[in-house]
Amino acid sequence: MSAVAANYDTLQKLGVEVISISVDSQFVHKVWNDQELSKMAGRDVPFHMASDGPGNVGRVYGVYDEQAGIELRGRFIIDPDGIIQAMEVLTPPVGRKLDETIRQVKAFQHVRASKGTEACPAGWEPGKKTLKPGPDLVANVWKEWNPKEDS
Amino acid sequence: MSKEPIGCGRPTGAVVGESAVPETAQNENQTEEQKMVTAKVGAKAPDFVAPAYYRGEFTEVKLSDFLGKWVLLCFYPGDFTFV
Repeated sequence: MSAVAANYDTLQKLGVEVISISVDSQFVHKVWNDQELSKMAGRDVPFHMASDGPGNVGRVYGVYDEQAGIELRGRFIIDPDGIIQAMEVLTPPVGRKLDETIRQVKAFQHVRASKGTEACPAGWEPGKKTLKPGPDLVANVWKEWNPKEDS
Repeated sequence: MSKEPIGCGRPTGAVVGESAVPETAQNENQTEEQKMVTAKVGAKAPDFVAPAYYRGEFTEVKLSDFLGKWVLLCFYPGDFTFV
């Protein structure tokens, strides 16, 4: 979460609000911010740190580990209509890569701005070629897009 | 909205932007858990309310209050863990 706090400005520029959530109480969240996260991120945590002690929220999101009593690293990108556009769930020992989340947000925002007329192929970054699905594109993606250039 | 004391984290049972009580008649045989909507990619996110720490204050956060904005919702194993 320190990585998200440290790069919060990038998310704000994209108009993304962040909610972090774990089984810890809001009181422990405060101490974690004060004693550690603020030192790692160089700032106080600027987003809501939510508490889900009983795991009720984690259960409906499919990330609550009943055996361990903790929540897996579940990351959900939710669009302005409240629709989940992407999710990623990792077990505890490996952290997320925020750059990939940001790339996905930019891609979903691009698709949304095009009102669904464009699609972002694998590895897409802003400025790279998008595809315009339609009858003319069927069996012709190979002419439009080279996967080797976008890996 | 009525002001409730800050409780524990809880799903409202609805997706964001909809009432917590669906219009369809509640089936008495359903358990509370079965009535809960679950998260699916491409579908509306399950709404929830949870106590939160936010910029020096203890408050509550409700997912549906962010309708109209992009939201990054991040679960993680615990405060003070190492990754």
